[in-house]
Amino acid sequence: MLSLESITKTTQDWLLAKFSPQIALTIECVIVILLAITLFAVLGLVLVLLERKVAARIQIRLGPNRVGPGGIFQTAADTLKLIMKEGLTPDTADKFLFNLAPFVVMMVAMLLLAPIAFAKNFQIWDINIGVLYISSISSLSVIGILMAGWASNNKYSLLGAMRSGAQIVSYELSAGFAVLTIVVLTGSLQISEIVASQENGWWLFKGHIPVVIAFVLYIIAVTAETNRAPFDLAEAESELTAGFHTEYSGMKFALFFLAEYINIFIVCTIGATLFLGGWMPLHIGHWEGFNHIMDFIPSSVWFMGKTFFLIFLIMWFRWTFPRLRVDQLLNLEWKYLLPISLFNLLLVTVIAIMGWHF
Amino acid sequence: MYNQTEIIKDTTNLGPEGELVVNMGPQHPATHGVLHLVVTLNGETIKKIEPHLGYIHRSIEKMCESLTYRQFIYVTSRMDYLSSHINNTACALLVEKGMQIEVPERAKVVRTILNELTRIASHELWIGAMAMDLGAFTPFFYAFREREMITDIMEETCGARLTMNYIVPGGLMYDIHPDFQTKVKAFVKQFKEKVTEYEDLVTGNVIFQSRTKGVGVLTAEDAISYGCSGPVARASGVSCDIRKIAPYDAYDRVEFDEIVETAGDSFARYIVRVKEMNQSIHIIEQLIDNIPEGDFVGKTKNVLKLAKGEFYQRVETARGELGVYIVSEGGTTPYRIKFRSPGFSNLSVLDHIAKGSKIGDLMATMGTLDLVIPDIDR
Repeated sequence: MLSLESITKTTQDWLLAKFSPQIALTIECVIVILLAITLFAVLGLVLVLLERKVAARIQIRLGPNRVGPGGIFQTAADTLKLIMKEGLTPDTADKFLFNLAPFVVMMVAMLLLAPIAFAKNFQIWDINIGVLYISSISSLSVIGILMAGWASNNKYSLLGAMRSGAQIVSYELSAGFAVLTIVVLTGSLQISEIVASQENGWWLFKGHIPVVIAFVLYIIAVTAETNRAPFDLAEAESELTAGFHTEYSGMKFALFFLAEYINIFIVCTIGATLFLGGWMPLHIGHWEGFNHIMDFIPSSVWFMGKTFFLIFLIMWFRWTFPRLRVDQLLNLEWKYLLPISLFNLLLVTVIAIMGWHF
Repeated sequence: MYNQTEIIKDTTNLGPEGELVVNMGPQHPATHGVLHLVVTLNGETIKKIEPHLGYIHRSIEKMCESLTYRQFIYVTSRMDYLSSHINNTACALLVEKGMQIEVPERAKVVRTILNELTRIASHELWIGAMAMDLGAFTPFFYAFREREMITDIMEETCGARLTMNYIVPGGLMYDIHPDFQTKVKAFVKQFKEKVTEYEDLVTGNVIFQSRTKGVGVLTAEDAISYGCSGPVARASGVSCDIRKIAPYDAYDRVEFDEIVETAGDSFARYIVRVKEMNQSIHIIEQLIDNIPEGDFVGKTKNVLKLAKGEFYQRVETARGELGVYIVSEGGTTPYRIKFRSPGFSNLSVLDHIAKGSKIGDLMATMGTLDLVIPDIDR
């Protein structure tokens, strides 16, 4: 059975045998950083291609099909093009902030990777306040976007950044409350414990209707938080040309673009961890045979499968819905989603206290 | 405050507090062409819209004065390029009226079918483009699937896909392709099956409805006083279909409804166009099996000369009333020519109906006005 557990363990033992604990830790950090960067590059390529293929499928066309078999090298070619392009900085822009902004956005996305459990015992940092860490770090991305919008000295960028600020700050609340429902049920903020609590069934199935509501709210809120359609007001290209990244070109634009996809990946991994059992396989009650077969599928495959299912869902939204207007967007959050989440959290708390969940 | 010729160096002091002047266009994804809107904003709210025209002015009217009555028709294909057939028809009808040329029945019926196909093609493109303005990309491809069939029919019949130049004074340039009837029937069948698909995708969508209902409301009085025509005026409850008021070609013998809505908002304008497509299909169905045999072009002199005087002909294009006005001195070319284009009048209401709304509403309003910039500038 393919397992990532043995790989990490072997590496750890080998390093500790050869070096002192401090040096071993440093080497491990370097390995992890290199792995994370590789993962980001690969994810960027895969997700962009996936998005284009999903869009093509929905829009009754073929999508990229020239570079490589089935167009699989299309995004690699596009990346090469973006690297070769000149990164222009406008004359009137605030040069320091302008150049810093894409890295802030990217860095926030990278930081979020730390507490995520990719497979059984395959986690960079199992911090005991994992969920809190994710909530707090993910709200930082708005700073990068505001920075980009302001420093560009472009009216479209400013409007886009303004919208993005209002949007991310508002939808953070709903996403936070949705996450809290699982924290209430589990009684822990630690990612590994949340995953472990779902061994006998995923929270989506165990927690009755309130958790299903929380899941739906979470999906809506994170779609808005990642600036994806139908909430892509920050870059609404028919209104604001490209919103906050209008003035960016070349690799600096690519960083924004990449960060968007990484953010989608991150929020989907969190959704999969909290509601769909993380790397836990699907187990149904006392169907021993079925459960046994499910156990044979590696935990990393389970995790990636769930994550990509959620990613597909978010892509599906984008190619189906028109964009909301800015006041409707805020109405939706403050008049509907937030009251529902508050009430829902109360319900879940009652369920948790009374022990009504499975 | 705003002067086009002046480059503003000092950007610290621009207008009253909190006002932002944004140049939308001439290069902007939502203006669909080289329309330049100077939009004054207060936050997200629009305070003033000032359209600047002339980026694609080709002096078509002046050009027509040096072209003969056979030649000037082809230039008009380049005005409203989405309904070039109907533009050509207007010019041909005017010359026919001025010279009392008898048009064969076959030509009349074929012209009517082609005009309605053009109308459907134009509305299809509009649905896709407007949905894209509102942020939905997919309806564009669904609409273009059906539009492609029409352009294929046009290509086979007229030899061109966009600027057809098929209609000449007296009838048609040449006879229809033998496959014309089967292809049109296949299109009608496909359209009826598939139109529900993107109607489901757009019409019933909650977000689409909330983006368009009550947005950009144009009252009937305003529609009349600004000179609006076509679907824009009909959505406000103004009955103005030239095909009903002053039937030309074969419109007097077909049965169809004039679609009039009363709400006057962007959603009503959308509904009018969708229903109009179905009416066009209805017209085509009545005519396609009854194309009379006979000549496709009437007997005309080799050199066309209009008698001294003034001539006017109006037709219903996909965007509204197109009027052609010619002053003739009796020569082979017009002395003066003027086109009354529907887009120009429809654009003029934009400031009136979009003022006070959000930027997102401007896109919905502008999208449903269905502006074609070369039609406005000429």
